Formats: sequence, C-alpha cells, structure tokens
Amino acid sequence: MSSPTSTPGRKRGRDGNPATREFCSTIPKMFLPNEVDMSSPLMYGTPSSRVEGTPRSSVRGTPARQRPDLGSVRKAPQVDLHSEPPSADGAVASEPNAGQRLVIWGTDVNVGTCKEKFQRFLQRFIDPTATEDENAGLDLNEPLYMQKLEEISVVGDPVLNVNCLQVQSFDAELYRQLICYPQEVIPTFDMAVNELFFERFPDSILEYQIQVRPYNALKTRNMRSLNPEDIDQLITISGMVIRTSQLIPEMQEAFFQCQVCAYSTRVEVDRGRIAEPAVCRHCNNTHSLALVHNRSAFSDKQMIKIQESPEDMPAGQTPHTTIVYAHNDLVDKVQPGDRINITGIYRAVPMRVSPIQSNVKSVYKTHIDAIHFRKTDEKRLHGLDEDAEQKLFTEDRVQTLKELAAKPDVYERLSSALAPSIYEHEDIKKGILLQLFGGTRKDFSQTGRGNFRAEVNILLCGDPGTSKSQLLQYVFNLVPRGQYTSGKGSSAVGLTAYVMKDPETRQLVLQTGALVLSDNGICCIDEFDKMSDSTRSVLHEVMEQQTLSIAKAGIICQLNARTAVLAAANPVESQWNPKKTTIENIQLPHTLLSRFDLIFLMLDPQDEAYDRRLAHHLVSLYYQSEEQIEEEFLDMAVLRDYIAYARTYINPRLSEEASQALIEAYVDMRKIGSGRGMVSAYPRQLESLIRLAEAHAKVRFSEKVETIDVEEAKRLHREALKQSATDPRTGFVDISILTTGMSATARKRKEEVAQALKKLIQAKGKTPAMKYQQLLDDLRGQSETAITKELFDEALRSLADEDYLTVTGKTVRLLA
Amino acid sequence: MPSTHDWINNPLDVVEGMFAASQSNPKSGWEAKVVEFFKDRLKEKDAHTWVPSLNDVPLHYLKPNSLVKFRCLIQDMFDPEFFMGAYETVDPSTNAKVLRCGRYKDVTECGVDFNSRNTVTAERQTFYCVPIPGENPWFSLILSHSYACSSQARVVPSTSYAPTRQKRTEDGQMCASQGHTEQHGNGDCKRQETEAPSSQTASASHLDLNFPLPGEKGPSCLVKVYEDWDSFKLNDTLEVFGILSVSPALSALADEKDASSSILDPTESMETAEEQRVHSPPASLVPRLHMLYARPLPHNNPLLPSATLEDNSAFLSSTLSEMASVRAELLTYLTHVLLGDALAAEYLILHLISNVYARRDVLPLGKFAMNLSGCPAAALYTQRFYQIIQQLVPSSFYLGMSLQNMNQMRLVPKKDYVANRLVSGALQLARNTFLFLDETHLEQGQLDTTGVRNVTALGNLISWQKVDYDFNYHQMEFPCNINVLIASEGRSLLPSDCQIHLQSQVSPPNMEEYLSNIQLHPQTSSQLNKFRIYLSVARQLDYSISDEMTKSVEDDFVDMRKDDPQSVSAEDLHRMLVVARLLSLSLGQTSLTRDSWLRAKHIDMLRRSRMEQHQCVNGNEP
Repeated sequence: MSSPTSTPGRKRGRDGNPATREFCSTIPKMFLPNEVDMSSPLMYGTPSSRVEGTPRSSVRGTPARQRPDLGSVRKAPQVDLHSEPPSADGAVASEPNAGQRLVIWGTDVNVGTCKEKFQRFLQRFIDPTATEDENAGLDLNEPLYMQKLEEISVVGDPVLNVNCLQVQSFDAELYRQLICYPQEVIPTFDMAVNELFFERFPDSILEYQIQVRPYNALKTRNMRSLNPEDIDQLITISGMVIRTSQLIPEMQEAFFQCQVCAYSTRVEVDRGRIAEPAVCRHCNNTHSLALVHNRSAFSDKQMIKIQESPEDMPAGQTPHTTIVYAHNDLVDKVQPGDRINITGIYRAVPMRVSPIQSNVKSVYKTHIDAIHFRKTDEKRLHGLDEDAEQKLFTEDRVQTLKELAAKPDVYERLSSALAPSIYEHEDIKKGILLQLFGGTRKDFSQTGRGNFRAEVNILLCGDPGTSKSQLLQYVFNLVPRGQYTSGKGSSAVGLTAYVMKDPETRQLVLQTGALVLSDNGICCIDEFDKMSDSTRSVLHEVMEQQTLSIAKAGIICQLNARTAVLAAANPVESQWNPKKTTIENIQLPHTLLSRFDLIFLMLDPQDEAYDRRLAHHLVSLYYQSEEQIEEEFLDMAVLRDYIAYARTYINPRLSEEASQALIEAYVDMRKIGSGRGMVSAYPRQLESLIRLAEAHAKVRFSEKVETIDVEEAKRLHREALKQSATDPRTGFVDISILTTGMSATARKRKEEVAQALKKLIQAKGKTPAMKYQQLLDDLRGQSETAITKELFDEALRSLADEDYLTVTGKTVRLLA
Repeated sequence: MPSTHDWINNPLDVVEGMFAASQSNPKSGWEAKVVEFFKDRLKEKDAHTWVPSLNDVPLHYLKPNSLVKFRCLIQDMFDPEFFMGAYETVDPSTNAKVLRCGRYKDVTECGVDFNSRNTVTAERQTFYCVPIPGENPWFSLILSHSYACSSQARVVPSTSYAPTRQKRTEDGQMCASQGHTEQHGNGDCKRQETEAPSSQTASASHLDLNFPLPGEKGPSCLVKVYEDWDSFKLNDTLEVFGILSVSPALSALADEKDASSSILDPTESMETAEEQRVHSPPASLVPRLHMLYARPLPHNNPLLPSATLEDNSAFLSSTLSEMASVRAELLTYLTHVLLGDALAAEYLILHLISNVYARRDVLPLGKFAMNLSGCPAAALYTQRFYQIIQQLVPSSFYLGMSLQNMNQMRLVPKKDYVANRLVSGALQLARNTFLFLDETHLEQGQLDTTGVRNVTALGNLISWQKVDYDFNYHQMEFPCNINVLIASEGRSLLPSDCQIHLQSQVSPPNMEEYLSNIQLHPQTSSQLNKFRIYLSVARQLDYSISDEMTKSVEDDFVDMRKDDPQSVSAEDLHRMLVVARLLSLSLGQTSLTRDSWLRAKHIDMLRRSRMEQHQCVNGNEP
C-alpha cells in the first residue's frame, strides 16, 4: 500500500524515466511496506495483505502500488470502521475478516473463494472466437490470460485488462460480485494475479505489482440511465471527452517532522483529509510538527469531463455530462474530442455548503473513478477492425430482422420505407438503399492494389424542386455516421481535414472534416455543381482510393475516408435540357463523374397517371394521421437496425453462377458498344456491378451473391445509364459520355469536320495563310450540316495537333 | 387539511405532513400524493390565479418557500443530481434522531447523520429556465391587469405583505407604460437596453443570465424537476408551479470562498469558477424552483382560457362564430398597413396563423415562411410594420439583417464546455414565435465565417424548421416551430415557402405619419384583443380533408398538369395544400371545402402572376 512516492507532477507512466525507477527500487528497502500496511486504516480496501501471508512471500520485493481509482481514499459516505454500520445507499465499507470462510463485511465476497475462482478463470479461460485487436498475436486455443501474463513478464507493463464479458461467461457469480463490490473484489483479483504471476515467473522484475483493470461491464451502457442504484458499482459507459483538467497532485501520505526533535512521522490521507498530529510522540511537545511537502507522497489525478455521445440521446434533450477522475497512469490518456468507453466505479459525495456551516446542501456530487479507458474512435483512424462498431442487437431484434429478411419482397419493402414522404423515384430509392448497405470490402493490398472500394457512390441530378435535397436530408438523418454539406458552403478544408492549434495546449491538432467524419458512413453533398473546382478535386482521391492524404503544417498522413458519396447537382441552365448530355447539363469533370456508380436523373415525368398518384400521395401526406403512416411503412428505427445488422454481419461473396452472370453482363455491355464503334463499358463499370450485386445480396441477408442479385444490379445500372448516359443525338446508351466527357458520335462528328476542313484547305491549293472567318464561311457553305464555331475550333485544334496547320490570332497558317 | 391559502404560502408544510404520515406505511407513495394534492388544488376554479407569478412580481416581494408559478422556456438542461430524499438528523443535545424529508428543498437541516441507514438517495433534474423570449409588452400588461384584479380580490387580504402588493401593481403599470413609451418614442426597435436599469438588472450585470435574445429582462430560474423529466424537451414552454427557494446558503460563489476551504475540499475546487457561477448562481438573482406541477403551454396568449380548446367548447364556439367577421376586420386593417395591398394582407394572415403541425421523416408540414418583397426601403417602413405586428402576436423578434448583425450576432446556441452550459442564441425561440427578418438593411459587403454560418442557420430554419446547435465536437439538431417573415426589396437571398411582391395602391407622402395614423393604439385594446384571440385560436384548430375533397384535389392537379405541365409542380401542390389549409382555418372551418380550395388556387394564381409580372419588369432571375 505504501507506494514508493512520486513527486508531484511527475508522471509515472510505463516508460518512467530512470530517476523514477531508481526511486522506486530504493525506497522499499529502507521503508518496509508491510508495516504501514498493517497500521493503515485504509487497508480495508485491499484485503490482500491482511488475510494471508502468502502473497508477500511470492510477490517479494515488488511494491504494491496504491490504487486511488478504487477509491480507498475518497471521502465517501462511508463509516468509521469500528463503530457504525454503513449508510444505506449502497456504499459499502468493508473490513476483511480474517479467516477463510468469512465474507468481507457488508458484502458476500469471500476473499479466498473469490481469489481461487479468479485464478481458475485466468488459468483456464479460452475463447477461440475472440476477435479483439488486443489479442492480436495470441494463440486463441491456449488460455488467453496466461498468455497475457507472459506478455507482462516480457514487456514489463504491469497492467492486466480483463474483459468482464469473459468473466461472466466463465463464472456468472464472480461477475456479479465484481460488478456489485468492485472496491473489494478488484484488490482480491490483484492479489490473485500477483500470486499466480510470481509463481510462474519468479524471476521477472516489475516496477510494481500487477493491477487488474476490468472493462466492458454490462451494468450500464448509457450515461442517461445512471441512477442512484449504480452508486459504488462497476459500470461501463460510453461518451465523448469534452474537457480535461491539469494534472492534480493528490496527497496520499503526508510527511510531518517535529521542529523540536526532528522526529518524523507519516500520516495517510483519510477520506480526503489529513489529521495533523497535535503531539510529537517522541518529545511530547504539542503543535511542533510541520508538514514537509517534498517528502510527502502524491499521486497523479486528473479530472475529465465526458459527455453523452450524440447517438445515445433522445431527441430534443441536451446531452448529459459526467465527471471522471483518472488516476496515476490513466492521466493524460485521453484528449478532448475522443470517444471513449470508460469503466469505473460510480461515486456520490455530499456537498458541504461552506466549511463553517454545518448544514449541507442536500445534493450529492457524483463522479466516476476511472479504472479503464477504451477509445472507440481510435480504430477509425487506423482502420484495424470494424467490430468495435458492432451494435448490440437483442435476440428479439435479430429475430424480427431475420423474419423481415426472409420475406420475398424485402427489397421492395425497404426501398419504399426509404423516405416515404418523397414520391415515386423507385429506382433512385433502390439505388440509395443499395448504397446504404454497401458492397463487401476486399483487400488486395498483398497483390499491390490496396483496398477495393466497397462503397457505392451516387449522383442525383435533375430539375430544381424534385426533392433531391429532401432525399439527402433523409439519408443524412438515417445513417448513424452521416454528414451533410452543401457544395456552396463547403471548402476543401471543410471536407478534408485541417490543422489547428489548440488554444490551451498549443499543440497542433488535426481536425477532421466532413469526409473523414463520415468514414464508414455516407457523405451527402448538396449543390455539388456549385462546388469550386479545387474543392471537388479532393474528392477524386476519396471516391476511388477511399483515403485522404494530408500534408500540411508538418503533419503528413493518410486518413481513411471510406465514405459513400451521395451528391445532388442542379443542371447548369437551371432546367434540364433533354437535348444535351449529362456532362453538358451539369458541367462536371468527367473524371469525377466516372467515379459515381449510379447517376440518376430526377425529372418530372409529366404524365397523367403519375400526376394522379403524386397528388394522392401529397394530399394524404397532409391529412393522414401518424398512426396510419406507421402502419403503411416500416419504422425508421427498424430500417436503421436492419442496415446496421447487414453491414456488420453479412459479407456476401460471389457464387460461381453469379460470377458467370457478371462476366456475361460485362461482355454484353461491351458488345453493345463495339457494334457501333464505341466502348460502352469499362472495368470501373464492372466493379460497380459487383458492388451493387453484393449490396443486393446484403439486403437479402445472404452470404452468397446469386444470379438474382446480379440481375438486379444489371437492371439498376442499366436504368441509371439509360437516364444519364444516353446520347441525345443518337438515343443510344454511351458510357464514353461519362468516361471521356464526349459521346462517341460527337467524337466521330469532330473527326469528320476536321477531315472536311483538311480537304477544303487542300482544295484551295498552295495558300500558306488564310483568314479564319473566311475559312469558316467556306466550310459552312460546303457542308450540308450546320457547323458551329465551337465545332470549327475543335476541328482546327485537331488539325493543329496533327502539325498540319497553326492558328495565330485571326489567321490560319499551313505548316509543311 | 390545510386552509385555503396555506398550501400557497406554506406548501412545504403540506409536503412534510404527507411525508410524516407515510412513515408508518413505507410503500404509500407519498410523493405521488403530494403532486396529486397540488394538482387538485390548482384545478379549482381560478386557483392558479391566486398563485403569485415570478414573471410579474419582483423576487424580493415573494415569500421564500411559498408556492409560485413561472411561465418559462427551458433554455438548458443541466446534469441530473442525486440528493438526499430522506435523511436523519441528530440533535446534539438530546441525541434524538429525526427522519426528515429532503424533497423540494435545497438545503438540509443541521446535524445530518451521513451514516444513517435510513438515508434515501433520490434523483432529480435541473432545468435552466428563462422567461419566454420575445414576449411582447402588451402581454405582461394584460397579465398584470388580470393579476392585479385577482390578487387584490383574494390574496391580499389574507397575506401579511399587502402593502407591498399594492405597490407592486403600481409598479406593473409603470413598467408597462414605460414599455409603451419605448414603443412609440423609440424608432429603433432592436430592443436594445435603453431603459434605465432597475435595481435588479443592475446587480445582474456581472452575471450573464443567458437569455436567447439581446436586451431581454426578467428572472431566470433553476427549476428542479422530480418526476418525468424525460418528458420535457429543450425549448418547451411551460407554466411551472413550484416551491420557491432562495436560501442565501446556495449563493456560495467560488470567489466568495476563502482559500482554505477549497484546499480542504478537493472535489469542489475541481469545478471552474465559471461553472460554479453558472450552476450555482446567487439565489437572489436566479431563484430555485422545486417543481410540483408543470403545465405545458399550447399557446402563449393570456387572453385565451388556459385550458385546451377542446375542454372549453363554450369559448370555442363563440369565437368560431365571430371568426369570419374578425377576419374581415383584420384583413382591412392589414391591407391599410400593407399600403392597400389586399392580397399581401391575405397572405399575411395565413402566415400569422401557420404552424408546424406534424413532421414526416425530415419534412415539416404546415410551415409557411413568407417573403414579402418590394418593401419600400424608405422611412423605416419595415420597422413600423414590425411594430404593428408586434401588437398582434404574443412573442416576436425583429432581426435586422445588416452585415454587422449577421457577422456578429450569435444566432445558433453553442455549448460552452468551460462553464458547461448551452450559451443561447437568437434562434433559440419558443414555438410560434414570430421572427421578422429585415433584409432591407442588408448592404453589399463581405460575410465572414460567422456570417456565413448565420445565413446557413437561417436557411435551415426556414427550409427544415430546425436549428443545428453547436456542440463544438458535433452538432445537434433541434426541431423548432417559428414563423419566419422576410421583408426585402427584391427577392430574398433566403429560401421561403412563398414570395409575394408588395404592390402598394397608395403612396403616402409621409410614410411615418401614414402608418402611425393607421396603427391601432393600445387604448383601443378591445379591437386589438379580438385580433389577438383570433390569431391564436385559428392556429390551434384541428383540420382534416375528406376523401371526397382528396379526390377532387387530385383531379384538379391532374387537370392543371394536363394543360401545362411546366406550370404546376409537386412543390406548387405542396404549397397550395398548405394555403388551402390555412385559408380554411382562417375562416374558422375545420375541414377543406370546395370553395376554400378554389379560393386557395385563385389567390395562389394571383400571387404567381404578380411575381411573373414583376420578373419581367426587372429581369430578376430566380
């Protein structure tokens, strides 16, 4: 208990500097910990040293380190040990009774049994299905925690993280005790581990004794559901760090020296207070003792404020905050903005109005003493694993979802449940539905191509007022990690990431923008056409490689931005011009357009039956009651769960037939084009098809991509193509509109004009220079089709490219 | 049983009595009984008017620990707190232990035995409440009148602080007339704090009470909620009945504490001074109110009976019968105000009674943001216009969209993590607040980051009826229900549901004089009151569309599209349905009739043809 002291402000992390180390190793020799242990009134929290003698022998010279996180020094509503019963609010003070068969006072924990059970857990627990990243490199068929102990002996970091869920599956009773009496049980665990460890690795030297840090307690998940019953229990909640305090040195043990006879004595903190000895025991002078600060023992402490994560909150309420105290090496582990899961003991302390008055405010201050932090968003930056995002589904929920998936019309059902207030546009909704599910993530980094994009990108373009924005808003509200930006209002920086100097710490901090924030989600970009070119250019990398490279202010990094992009664009002329191609209508660079899997046109269909249905839909929207709506459509929550479930658990792979079907589809697509001398499909389109087919399989909760999935993917792709890549001049589907920005017919036409022009010039004979206007008029006179100035310019340019002529100002000169 | 007024003057006695009675029977559920008791008492005829209101009576005239009411908006929600629901005290002289009740109190009595087995920890939630933002002066005038009558008649004789009560009524009138002069003498209606600060505001100056709108006054209050706090939402408007607690012990501010105490108590020094200031401000400034009962305010109009319309059929039928005539009068009045433009006046009425009545996924239904373009820039027309509207609606706010305002004002509430509170912004408004955006003030120039954000926030507010509150690390969306009217010279840069171009029929040489002649003076308040009641009632009526009408509307739409598909889009149908709804309601009809549909179509067509005309004139691209 009496730990080696650390001076205030010095951190004692695992990488403690040599000075600290030395300090640690010398102190225990001259100052035997056990003596203090025995006399300390604080020892009720740590039964180890009192009950049995064994741990001391095996743990030998390794000092135990105080665990302020377990709250032995907290000023809690606890009792004086020897007189009063504990208060009734669940705060259980305890005194370990000697003897094996007795339980710790106020609990039902028997130290001996508890220790035995935990040791058994450590020695025997095997979880072959464990997928946590922490266990990377461990043999899953060997006892998990023994391997971890071995790791400790090698690395020398004396912290053992224990997953409470595993404890629960191994021994439910032990788990219950751990949750209910963490203050007593965790020290028992500590003791058990140390015994075991030093039995196994008698020669290893640790800085201090191993501490057990349980995490993943299921008691409470949500800050909002904390209530008085949770006080003094082990809880795990998730939240976001909003503020961290400076490091606070907290006195653990005061060192007093007599001014008269230099006799020194130590007093430990008792419930936040230090009782100054009034009389020197040695010379019997009164009030002669003075506190010597730099010989007193301090521990590090930090106050951290966490706030409910936005996902956990009911609508219309503000997030709650909770104070967390981090101790010792947990100090400075988290930064504001981190999303964390925190395991700790929930505390309540009464507040005193003022030290003089004896009446107190009837309010308790609450906080959590942190035992374990786990960052939840860390992985998003490194992309190690997605299981951390797993949402927990109850059995019932999974059952309902599976039932829903078994229905033959699940695809139609879901797509009609999507944005019910928006009428029709079935195919667009289906496309967005597939986007929500996404394809299967494939990793080809070993063969050098890196990750394949699994996200489906969709562009909606069309007349203003065709509820594009509404659709975007809906999607943004539906997905948990969606971002909504408007092209007009966003800059490249706002989309990617920027470096900011933290005003408090003067540290450079990387602030992420919309694209990075929507990693594994959907980034909705409205008014895509109004975005500046430089902003749009950052999308190139994101939309194919799914990463974002940043090199600024000394920070060079590549962030994951595995986001699906759902963009909406208005035509340049405010109304869609059916005589022009998609490219001409929205004037977006084709390099960007080709990165969209599906490009939909949202146009007014203008036919009577449609109008009637639309009118009916709208009118009923305005007068139907909530209940009727509920009946007709799937609940948004169900849809959300359905998508989340499919995204996490379903990873469809291509079946043999499906691959065949895909190959055929691709060959067909190329054939259509080749017949007319143009290419109508590129490998990118094939990839799109695969993604869509996978997404469709996910909708069916199927682990295999079947032919029907390919059929639907083909259909949807064709529909989207028909709408966006139809050459207005020929009426044929032409992919090259999207890939080169110009349709094959247009290219052919350009070629013809250039040839005609060449002939014309040759016919003129040996004139080295011609007037530009003259030439244009001549060509117009000769040709039977209309020749625009642009076309003429292009023809000239292509001839110039052939080094046949050169254009300077208003004259055209022949070369050669 | 306590006598008539004991439960108002000493509600804690009632609570204690019930608590003591429950001791023999631990499962009696005395908490529910207490709430039930006060609910029953308040249900009695006029009982709630006997309860003094924190809105009207200065705090120092109110008796501590008495029952008061407070009409307010939930501005912020603090963290839940645990308190001693029941605790035991030890008398040091006799050593006798007494079990006491900690509910509805902030401070415990002396000698708490912390180790007692009988301590019960309970949970309660604190809301930071402010008076409803933008409440118009006529409002408190009416309330203080009605209050003065009732208080003189009933409460005064039985209470000991009668003299002060009398003085208070005078006060109220004085205040009101002061507000009145501001109305007339002060052309600038940005509601700046021009009045001489009263003693209360002077002391408040060092503490930001976090009102959403600049220049607001009045008490804010920490309301402690004991039950069902999940049912309350941010920005709800409530009338809270609760026990007033102003114990000076609560006012322990960080800077008043001597240094030694903070060393002794490490947990308390952990909170920053700002946080302490915000979460435990002096009780003399921000009193605590322990809620016994809260009534949501479906409307905020003191002229209407407080019960819901359904419960008050007599009132409803009498107003409904008058509705058509009042509407005609109001239309004439507004036509004058809008320089003789009857169509614009018609639309203005529709706008004033619009209300978001439902949401379909993201789409708010029933909103009707209006853009009144073509406002004469001269002679402060828009400001006079706002003053006239102000006389009609219970709460309103004038936002001059000058560059400076847009670049500097805080529109969106922002979380301040240092003080751990939600710093309010001008868009944190109660439902059905009338927001007047004056775009005629906008000049050319550059918007900075704040400016762009503010304009985006206004755009979002209009299109989706929601405000994204800034929580620094993320944004959170709060739905709202605000009537936005944009006055501009040309077409507004903000979106709107309908734009109407003002066509003045008269061009008075002196606009100022013309308008002040028209403006109904508060002296003719019976007329004004009629209008006020009319607007509030029309907004709350139920509305339905019969199947027959659905069919006919569908047919109509198809026909319109057949003639010219370009002319009518789905969006137009959306708007026409809203117009038809509002038109019916404005006439006191609760279901759509053929006539109102045709009329809605007609006025929409008139409006559109006017817009096209106007477009041809100045070639303003949409």
